[in-house]
Amino acid sequence: MATLTIPSSIPSPQEDCEQLHKAFEGWGTNEKLIVSVLAHRDAAQRRAIRDAYQATYGKDLLETLLHETHGDFEKVVLLWTLDPRERDAHLANEAATKWAPENRVLIEIACTRSSEELFAVRRAYHAQYKRSLEEDVAAHTTGDFRKLFVPLVSSFRYEGEEMNMSLAKSEAKMLHEKISDKKYTDEEVIRVLTTRSKPQIVATLNQYHNEFGNPINKDLKSDPKDEFLAALRAVIRCICCPEKYMEKVIRLAVNRHGTDENALTRIVTTRAEVDLKAIKEVYQTRNSTPLEKAIKHDTWGHYERMLLALLGCDEA
Amino acid sequence: MADEHHALTKAFSGLGGLGVDESTMVKTISKWQKQPDQKSKFRKNFPGFFTPNGSIETCEDDFVRHLKTEFSRFKNLMVLWAMHPHERDARWIHHVLHKSHPYTIIIEIACTRSADELLNIRRAYQSLFHHSLEEDVAYLIKENYSKLLVGLVSAFRYEGPRVDNEMAKSEAKLIHNAVKCSAPGEVVKNEELVRILTTRSKLHLKTTFEQYKNLYGKPIAEDLGVNLCLQETVKCIDTPANYFSEVINNAFNNKADKPTKRALNRVIISRADVDMDTIKESYNKQFGTKLEDVIAKNTHGCYKDALLSLVGK
Repeated sequence: MATLTIPSSIPSPQEDCEQLHKAFEGWGTNEKLIVSVLAHRDAAQRRAIRDAYQATYGKDLLETLLHETHGDFEKVVLLWTLDPRERDAHLANEAATKWAPENRVLIEIACTRSSEELFAVRRAYHAQYKRSLEEDVAAHTTGDFRKLFVPLVSSFRYEGEEMNMSLAKSEAKMLHEKISDKKYTDEEVIRVLTTRSKPQIVATLNQYHNEFGNPINKDLKSDPKDEFLAALRAVIRCICCPEKYMEKVIRLAVNRHGTDENALTRIVTTRAEVDLKAIKEVYQTRNSTPLEKAIKHDTWGHYERMLLALLGCDEA
Repeated sequence: MADEHHALTKAFSGLGGLGVDESTMVKTISKWQKQPDQKSKFRKNFPGFFTPNGSIETCEDDFVRHLKTEFSRFKNLMVLWAMHPHERDARWIHHVLHKSHPYTIIIEIACTRSADELLNIRRAYQSLFHHSLEEDVAYLIKENYSKLLVGLVSAFRYEGPRVDNEMAKSEAKLIHNAVKCSAPGEVVKNEELVRILTTRSKLHLKTTFEQYKNLYGKPIAEDLGVNLCLQETVKCIDTPANYFSEVINNAFNNKADKPTKRALNRVIISRADVDMDTIKESYNKQFGTKLEDVIAKNTHGCYKDALLSLVGK
């Protein structure tokens, strides 16, 4: 469930964009006003505001925000204001062109979005970057990571609920053999994880656990420094338990010496309209403290205000 | 009367060509009413269809099977014509994957349809067969060109005008490297080659192929001749009209195998509403005759009429 809260009656896009224009006027920026408007509008409403702003003031709202805001607040507002698929395209482009083995953003996007959503991301990517997503991912990754990431971002998984149990058994057996032989980068391992439907993968991994005693991720931990193994584990977690995966990203982001604002911003903005409520519940259970508290402790100023608003926790 | 026998033999596909001539058959029925001698003579003079057996002539099973195929060409064509293009393409691929026909059909579809059409084919495939297209391709094709095919069916290529000429040049060099430095069986697995062919936009690839020719003097399709899949990929992306003309021409060879002859339906139906004029031009250029004339000469009956209508004036 979403955490985004929208007042029961909202101003028209025209009134909203006038408010925002007021927020930019004069010296300095009224960040509180920006948050009170944008953090309480859904994607369609934000799009309407952007269009109204362009029509009324002849300027792109995003460019104005870029100019008028700074630092982490700027990043969260910009990311939030984008359409969900434009946002994913932006994040994917960043991740692909500045790719490093420990980067999991491509996995997050490829594995937690639905098949149609992922295709919409690819379409938005064409429009924004004049290249295809898989083209950029292929050109900037190498070796085993390319073998994993290109099919991952190109996947269009079947989304029916059917599971073929005998196939699940045979593919679980195959995975176990490959993993026992340390053949983690084997084509068959990658094939199963990048092409099978999510219910089929879940069934296969359950078979794996039943037959061979360990959940597959335990068997994939043989070398803690191996980034490819970490990537495989992330793929599996994103497919099988995306909320737990997201909770862990947030938990690591706030626990670090200093906060990883980029990760925090990314999860909050991409999930606020989707399942941030469920992620909050997982966070509470796992950490015995509400997420808002951790955010209040670890962030400050307008950045904090925006995050709390998106969490549905601002004092309206 | 020899003419009538000749015509009937031809109508029953006894003298080559595709399809059967239904109207000649029906006319002959009424002409030969109450004339069993005529039919007897027909059977005696058609050794492919009938063979002497005691005091009568009996049918050759092989020829009856052949007739079944020839009679159903028109039916198959019309069913394909009625079908939605996305279902058609999805079914062709599914058929090929499960009945081990030439996998090159997959390359044809993946490379000659637009990015959005390929997306819709993937949707149709899912709703018809309850698996994703790339899932089945990856699972069922184990040959060395598997990666190439998975990449081709998963592509959602950029279709705008932007091309990076420097990149095209450097990727032409990478391709050349792949060809020169890999063992013949390994070229189709070369990661850089597969990356370039399966992810770059078609316009970018055409530029790359041009650069290749400028740099190395040979058309890339020639250098990639070491592998049929690679060659077909390049032809379908670079010069689809030429590619389709060749497929059509091969189908008219009397000695061609079943899949090659079936390709005639596939190409004519799938291109009739798209680029048939360009294909006709290309056919004429490549083979020195008009496509309509070749069809008229090498096909019969309703099948011929339908093909000619599809191919247009």
